[in-house]
Amino acid sequence: MDMLADFPRTDAEIATWLEQQTHKSILRFLTCGSVDDGKSTLIGRLLYDSQLILDDQLAALKNESRNRTTGEEGLDFSLLVDGLAAEREQGITIDVAYRFFTTDKRKFIVADTPGHEQYTRNMATGASTADLGLVLIDARKGVLTQTRRHTFILSLLGVRHVVLVVNKIDLVDYSEERFREIEAEYRAFADTLGFETLEALPVSALKGDNIVLPSENTPWHKGPQLVPYLEDIEVASDQAALPFRFAVQWVNRASLDFRGFSGTIASGSIAVGDEVLVAASRIPAKIKRIVTMDGDHETASAGAAVTLVLDREIDISRGDVLTKPGETPEFSNQFQARVVWMNESPAIPGRTYLLKVGSQTVPATLTNLKHRINVNTLEQSAARHLELNEVGTVTIATDKPVTFDSYADNPLTGGFILIDRISNATLGAGTIDFGLRRAQNLTYQSFDVTRDVRAEQKGQNPKIVWFTGLSGSGKSTVANLVEKRITAEGKHTYVLDGDNVRHGLNKDLGFTDDDRVENIRRVAEVAKLMADAGLIVLVSFISPFRNERRMAREIAGDIEFVEVFVDTPLEVCEARDPKGLYARARKGEIKNFTGIDSPFEPPERADLVLPGAEAEPEELADQLYHRLFG
Amino acid sequence: MTLEAGLPTHLDALEAESIEILRETAASFERPVMMYSIGKDSSVLLHLARKAFYPSKIPFPLLHVDTTYKFREMIAFRDKTAEDYGFELIRHTNIEGVRDGINPFDHGSAYTDIMKTQALRQALTEGQYDAAIGGARRDEEKSRAKERVFSHRNAQYAWDPKNQRPELWRTYNTRIAKGESMRVFPLSNWTELDIWTYIYAEEIPIVPLYFAAKRPVVERSGTLIMVDDDRIPLEPGETPREEMVRFRTLGCYPLTGAIKSNAETLPQIIMEMNLARTSEREGRLIDSDQAASMEKKKQEGYF
Repeated sequence: MDMLADFPRTDAEIATWLEQQTHKSILRFLTCGSVDDGKSTLIGRLLYDSQLILDDQLAALKNESRNRTTGEEGLDFSLLVDGLAAEREQGITIDVAYRFFTTDKRKFIVADTPGHEQYTRNMATGASTADLGLVLIDARKGVLTQTRRHTFILSLLGVRHVVLVVNKIDLVDYSEERFREIEAEYRAFADTLGFETLEALPVSALKGDNIVLPSENTPWHKGPQLVPYLEDIEVASDQAALPFRFAVQWVNRASLDFRGFSGTIASGSIAVGDEVLVAASRIPAKIKRIVTMDGDHETASAGAAVTLVLDREIDISRGDVLTKPGETPEFSNQFQARVVWMNESPAIPGRTYLLKVGSQTVPATLTNLKHRINVNTLEQSAARHLELNEVGTVTIATDKPVTFDSYADNPLTGGFILIDRISNATLGAGTIDFGLRRAQNLTYQSFDVTRDVRAEQKGQNPKIVWFTGLSGSGKSTVANLVEKRITAEGKHTYVLDGDNVRHGLNKDLGFTDDDRVENIRRVAEVAKLMADAGLIVLVSFISPFRNERRMAREIAGDIEFVEVFVDTPLEVCEARDPKGLYARARKGEIKNFTGIDSPFEPPERADLVLPGAEAEPEELADQLYHRLFG
Repeated sequence: MTLEAGLPTHLDALEAESIEILRETAASFERPVMMYSIGKDSSVLLHLARKAFYPSKIPFPLLHVDTTYKFREMIAFRDKTAEDYGFELIRHTNIEGVRDGINPFDHGSAYTDIMKTQALRQALTEGQYDAAIGGARRDEEKSRAKERVFSHRNAQYAWDPKNQRPELWRTYNTRIAKGESMRVFPLSNWTELDIWTYIYAEEIPIVPLYFAAKRPVVERSGTLIMVDDDRIPLEPGETPREEMVRFRTLGCYPLTGAIKSNAETLPQIIMEMNLARTSEREGRLIDSDQAASMEKKKQEGYF
């Protein structure tokens, strides 16, 4: 790959060379393998052999390489790519690092991803943009658990090309037998995952065997060398041949006369005059102009960042997807997907997150965790939540329908991320299997006797009053006083109380985080039905987590929802201890008790805060009554 | 790209990716700003921003942190570019630093901290910007290789490399809490060679200091420093001499080393760069303090 050896010197040669530079293709690949397989060394070797290590870097490297394992060059290549200071101290790679090298044929973007078990999320991140996966194996160790895991994640993220690099072949005396054994074991596993191409190479990254030139040490190897193979492999997935998908990123209103829709064509192609549809509304229009700063185009295809002008005014905004008649994507509020969980806080069915797919961002609930996938054996098992780095098959319901494709059909429109609604952290990434058709057909039964009719009959406005606070804070006492007062006024009410519900409807639930979520979900649904029946519903539940209280508010939909925080300090509640629960929790007889060994997250924006230790219950009930009925 | 039709090249792919990132920023943040350092990467970034929003004007201002020690030709180029393209230019200087006479000759790394890092923070705070677009590339330096395209900063503008959000596909998480901000790097996947070939292919104007010319220089600890004005104190017996020099990176003239060169055209520069075999940041004196100095500076809020 003598990119620079024959470097041009005359002006004419330079011009030719530059022209060539602007016509290279691009290959994105990632390296994965277990710790010590030599990923960083391999990337360092690629940079070194493509002469991209510059003089000052080389001097620094020689200096840093003392006291470390090195090849003939006296260099520890891994030092070139282990970027963060913490990594240098620990001697491991802990995050995704992107590296670049170039040959006459191609520009390469390399994602170097860690092999540690706990950093699977980084590998998934690297794989999401990779055309090809380079799986490293230490020839002495052979196929390991992590090898299987990484190969599975490659397939999960839709990487279609794999190169198996059997590294450190020098340390098994360049044994063909060992190489064949490893290759056979790996193929047996990988063949079940349906990769398009799979090539196995015997390599020593440290010594340089079979990196650029055929190695004299492996005369039995008739296959290609790594760099020429990467230069030549055809990976173009032909996004342009897929159905047309264009997610509107930004509405371009340059002037009163110009309204265009800016975005990148995810797949397919378009020409001026073509009819397009807004995927959600199915409203048609024709392409009038394809605008770029370099001039209008007659056609444009996948990968182009353009601004489309339509022949008529239709309602389109960011998040809308333009498509063509006859090749429309799915449009649904429920789908099945596989999710890689990427956060310490586990994924729990019932929780709501923000989901971003394309340029659409919507609240979404993990409605069901069908199973967890053991990434080592690919076996499926039942699970109640997904921990960091676990993979599961889930169903997701979004607040409003979204446009998508199955990931297998179109990775750019079928992949999504889940975002925490409070911390804004990226919690997980998912690939959509299919939309649940049921969701498209399911409409709510509508009856002539509506909530309004029932409310009118009762002469009241239905609402849900949601009490939250520690055990013993006075929630039920206040709820009881308010109920008595408004019942005396002829209103129709019902109190849902934690203890009572747990004896019946929710007696199958315990006090783990998962069960608390389900507990609240059921109660919120019951409260909604009761309010729908026209009642004023008072819900008295500890409900310690913000996420679940927000879920309750969302379930309530357009029903008036009043969150009341009975703010009584823990010491006061514990001193009251009406049911003797705190004493038992302190002795360890009750586990997961809110305030003792399970947290209470106070509301940030309660509709009303009642200071439970500072006023008598009657006074608090009075405050609440005035808040509710003015 | 203006090249003849054909298969999309790696430069087409990089251009489209950067445009997508710029549009995502404009659509997702209330008050974005683009850092404008006047260098070649900034010139490319500006060109991409013009493309991203064409025929609209760039929907956010450009911010130049002026240390008052930039090359005069940089300032002239900046003002002409702003006039030619009609974008909103915000110039910010740390007034307290000027008042206290902070300069690169007497104050060393304190100068960088006060006139660059602190000045940048002041400007971001004053403008209440929630996203700052920068021209950093992952190939520049080891710790930058791990930077996200959308890189989250806390309310103190600090970067936490151990707590970065995973970034998948082109699905960027642009959400931040009040008071926090995002640094956005549309050129993440470009290399120095990509930048130069793109400037060549697209004929993007750059500051003339990148081209070799006779310039007055003094040599200090092996580095050629251009005498851009009379604020540089000359040692006894030291007289500026005329040399054919050019600059591989641009910053504050007393801190930016020139290289001897005869490259007067873009192709010559690109050829020279490939033969020179010395990495780009070496011309910047602030990085050579210690191996992890860039990572440290970033944690403190430097770009």
